[in-house]
Amino acid sequence: MTQTPFDRAPGDRPILADTEAGTSSGVPVYTIGLVLAVILTATSFWVANTSLLWGPGIPLGLAVLAIAQMGVHLVFFLHITTGPDNTNNVLALAFGLLVVIVVVTGSLWIMDNLNNMMPPSELMKMQH
Amino acid sequence: MNVAVAIDKLGQEALPKTSEAGPAPKRVIVAYGFWVFLLSDIVMFSALFAAYAVLVRATAGGPSGAELFNQASVAIQTACLLASSFTCGLLSRAVSSRRRVATYLFAAVTLVLGVTFLTFELRDFADMIARGATPQRSAFLSAFFTLVGCHGLHVAVGLIWLVVMMAQVAIKGFRPTVERRLLCFALFWHALDIIWVWLFTVVFLMGVRP
Repeated sequence: MTQTPFDRAPGDRPILADTEAGTSSGVPVYTIGLVLAVILTATSFWVANTSLLWGPGIPLGLAVLAIAQMGVHLVFFLHITTGPDNTNNVLALAFGLLVVIVVVTGSLWIMDNLNNMMPPSELMKMQH
Repeated sequence: MNVAVAIDKLGQEALPKTSEAGPAPKRVIVAYGFWVFLLSDIVMFSALFAAYAVLVRATAGGPSGAELFNQASVAIQTACLLASSFTCGLLSRAVSSRRRVATYLFAAVTLVLGVTFLTFELRDFADMIARGATPQRSAFLSAFFTLVGCHGLHVAVGLIWLVVMMAQVAIKGFRPTVERRLLCFALFWHALDIIWVWLFTVVFLMGVRP
């Protein structure tokens, strides 16, 4: 029986993989993570500086690359998986992400609305 | 006896319920608690990100991000932090297989990379301040220094933590308490790298575009 009845600690790797690969296990996982992260980071820097791509789409592309890299870090470095022993960790992460999305989009949405509705004279006062 | 009950029993045999197995090991509880703390830390950063995104155009006639940011330096900082996250992973493996020399080696590499990151970041800050782009200059710069400075502060605290942990490994050895602290440190360090991914994307890469 390789599965434990307990939830796995975030950052801990699955016990199954550990026993399979021996003492120096885990290094390939980190290496894959590093390679993927380097590729995504390099793509981000290239996308930000190139003139080949359609300008208005670049911020969206950068956001997608950042989300992808966040996923790589979570899976390969923090070992957050969808396994049954990881449910609590994933649920906490999902709640954290919900709060983050509410805070960021809510702030931007409200402040954008305020900026649009504010008379230009008031806006000038705020800029100084 | 119907099939559904049989399948149900099969599932229970394969994986006993957590409640039947007794309290979870302390390592799981400690790491989960620290994971919740990290998520709350990320929520705090999300508020700083929101403030920055709202204020990014409020330059008050002062310099904008496109005029200030040094992308080469940001690329070096990104490489340092990413590499240190990798060596921190190797450090975790060395700790779990109790290899003392490898632990010290990877901790030293992580430390050097972290210090390099902070050196470049502080040099950039000093450079900006020398050009008159102080936090007092505009709302944009206040938000910038708060957001990036807060991450830098986290990195500095993490480096102090790493030095303390290596002293504990040297004096106390690989005790369960020390191992749990090292697990928490690794989580902290990887989470800082995730925040940096959003920092360089939102602040430095989107910021240099007109």
